[in-house]
Amino acid sequence: MAAGVATWLPFARAAAVGWLPLAKKIMPKPPVDKKSRNDEILYVNVSGLRFQTWKNTLDRYPDTLLGSSEKEFFYNEDTQEYFFDRDPEMFRHILNFYRTGKLHYPRQECVQAFDEELAFYGIVPDIIGDCCMEEYRDRKKENQERLAEDTEAEMGTDTPLPPNSTHRERLWRAFENPHTSTMALVFYYVTGFFIAVSVIANVVETVPCRPLKGSKKDLPCGEKYSLAFFCMDTACVLIFTFEYLMRLFAAPSRCKFMRSVMSVIDVVAIMPYYIGLVMPENEDVSGAFVTLRVFRVFRIFKFSRHSQGLRILGYTLKSCASELGFLLFSLTMAIIIFATVMFYAEKGTKGTNFTSIPASFWYTIVTMTTLGYGDMVPNTIAGKIFGSICSLSGVLVIALPVPVIVSNFSRIYHQNQRADKMRAQQKVRLARIRLAKKGTTNAFLQYKDEGGFHDRDSDNALCLKNKSSFEHQHHHLLHCLEKTTNHEFTDELTFSEMCMTESMGYRTSRSTSISSQQGMSTSCCPRRAKRRAIRLANSTVSVSRGSVQELDTLQVHKSSSGLQSRSSLNARTEDLKLNCEDRDFTAAIISIPTPPANTPDESLPPSPAFPGILRNSRTNFYTHETVKISSL
Amino acid sequence: MGAVVGTLTMQTRQRQPSRDKVDDELEMTMVCHRPEGLEQLEAQTNFTKQELQVLYRGFKNECPSGVVNEETFKHIYAQFFPHGDASTYAHYLFNAFDTRNNGSIKFEDFVMGLSTLLRGTVREKLEWTFYLYDINRDGFINKEEMTEIVRAIYDMMGKYTYPALKGDVPKQHVDAFFEKMDKNKDGVVTLEEFVLACQEDENMMRSMQLFENVM
Repeated sequence: MAAGVATWLPFARAAAVGWLPLAKKIMPKPPVDKKSRNDEILYVNVSGLRFQTWKNTLDRYPDTLLGSSEKEFFYNEDTQEYFFDRDPEMFRHILNFYRTGKLHYPRQECVQAFDEELAFYGIVPDIIGDCCMEEYRDRKKENQERLAEDTEAEMGTDTPLPPNSTHRERLWRAFENPHTSTMALVFYYVTGFFIAVSVIANVVETVPCRPLKGSKKDLPCGEKYSLAFFCMDTACVLIFTFEYLMRLFAAPSRCKFMRSVMSVIDVVAIMPYYIGLVMPENEDVSGAFVTLRVFRVFRIFKFSRHSQGLRILGYTLKSCASELGFLLFSLTMAIIIFATVMFYAEKGTKGTNFTSIPASFWYTIVTMTTLGYGDMVPNTIAGKIFGSICSLSGVLVIALPVPVIVSNFSRIYHQNQRADKMRAQQKVRLARIRLAKKGTTNAFLQYKDEGGFHDRDSDNALCLKNKSSFEHQHHHLLHCLEKTTNHEFTDELTFSEMCMTESMGYRTSRSTSISSQQGMSTSCCPRRAKRRAIRLANSTVSVSRGSVQELDTLQVHKSSSGLQSRSSLNARTEDLKLNCEDRDFTAAIISIPTPPANTPDESLPPSPAFPGILRNSRTNFYTHETVKISSL
Repeated sequence: MGAVVGTLTMQTRQRQPSRDKVDDELEMTMVCHRPEGLEQLEAQTNFTKQELQVLYRGFKNECPSGVVNEETFKHIYAQFFPHGDASTYAHYLFNAFDTRNNGSIKFEDFVMGLSTLLRGTVREKLEWTFYLYDINRDGFINKEEMTEIVRAIYDMMGKYTYPALKGDVPKQHVDAFFEKMDKNKDGVVTLEEFVLACQEDENMMRSMQLFENVM
């Protein structure tokens, strides 16, 4: 549990008064808090750094924390100073604001941390001076965009399907995410293969083959083996048509699907074939028909479903539409200007190529893009001068928008990389959160086992000493809830076992004695039990090692009375910050280590022969089981 | 060659002009609330200055803006009950604290609520609890309201309980509750019936004593 949440615990406990009328039993005794509340007072200054300033300085801005009476809440009478448990480095900048009237944004700090400090001290970010405002806003926008993408990616298509989805939804999902099922993957590769075959066939069709016997002319292969090519074409078109129809059927919104780019490409790719079938062998129309065959080359665009890079390229071009438009416009302007100039410069020359201004367009374009075919060259001196100016300016005009497009492409590409990385990390993170949750659950159950609810005498006090008062109080709260509802908390394992044993009609003996448990464990699967016992021993070792480590971290966290680590409850980035808070989560004595080497490879189903994986050994066993769950 | 030159000169960071409209959203409405003075709060509640200081420091640490909205509240409360789903109960709890019904809890609301719960008289505590149960604030608790509250509480237990939650356990609980509370059997529980019935319940009075020392 995040240590920062400790401050809310008294509140949650107080609110437990609301359960009292419903509870049939009397509430358990609360733990005695030996420390009086008063020694929460800390004797250090802005985390150790002492700052001194005139009161007037702070009074300059009465609508901030330091300038108003709100700071009285932070006054420490013993040491006669105001204590703030915040970042001392950032505080320097805040204080400078009071001194100079200008707030500066430190470039090396994270913009979010800076924002949090400003929010705490009640300073509106608008006051940031002009010198630093640009940087601040840029970083902030970047951060927000990144957050938006991350939340989008999280809710993305990799989440497992709801169990009761129709065939149509499953089919659509298979099409959109081919790596979710083997069938989809097979289909994906098959279509890819056929696209390649179709494109290659189109290309090879036009290559000249050896002529037929008795003929001198070279024939393109398409005409020589027309039947073979026709069959191949038919097969490809059939596959494409089938794919298109399936997608159309599975699409959640058919109109939207039909308007999408990929679907248009699909249609354009297969239309010529059908039109060709329908068309009669007419001389007039076949000219147009030949043009239609050109559209078959669009099949190559179908590869964009298979290649992410192509999609990124297309997306980049779309997002750089304004830059591309500008490029086009400026080029057109330059072409017209230079073409006119060249035309008039070369007008006098005999037999010149520059017959008209549109004819000069070709020369201008070739020169500006530094191609220089040489089919049109100026002959007059004026023409040559203007021609050189034309080529120099061409370089400039083209070089201007290109970096913009390139940087956009790079940004989008990196975003995509990040999205893929996030997806991979997401799985690990979710697994860790699940383990942490189990850890908290197990801590409570273990607490119950150790008889934490009975009056503690000196013998038991020793082993319970290691828990902090926070844990005591939290467990007390959970115990109150149990008493209110008259049910007890258990965990998944025992619950499922109970269900199984009940369904099988066994009477489970829920005794907590160790002896009976050991007797039972050798009942029907002695070999398994022995292996399990060995593993239990091993995992106990790792648990105790891990628990010592966890205890240390626990002490570190608790000694600062829970005010240091922020639980970032307000920030929307709580998911991202989860990594650094994980150690807080496993406040339980049981720490879940990374799967130890002795994790079994076979999965142990909860067998009814072990009806009470009984309480005393439960903790170790849970470590065992939870490790397995994480590796599954 | 133009492309080569272009790539070589590509060190600029470009921001799309079309995204400038996001700028306006960056001018966040910084909701910032400052509580009344320490003396005033000390007078209005049953806490000492030191206790208020401690409470405020914790509150301010978690919510620098000075207010808690429902989402944050639900998140905080859910941390204490990882087994089950605490969001429904947290919603009712939030409404009980948000006496002004404006969707957010300020420090004053927080402290007043705590003062009632921890330092108030028995009658005040019972009134607060009645206020919590009476979801639509009409002065009566009917069976539907009670069922919702009880269901929310059972949701917090989660799925894995002993004994297993079979049948409609919340409903049975509600029926038992009404048996005890509804004196004139008119189907609703008024504040007076509630207070009377609770004061007659020995167990409950003893439990209330235990909550004195939570802070």
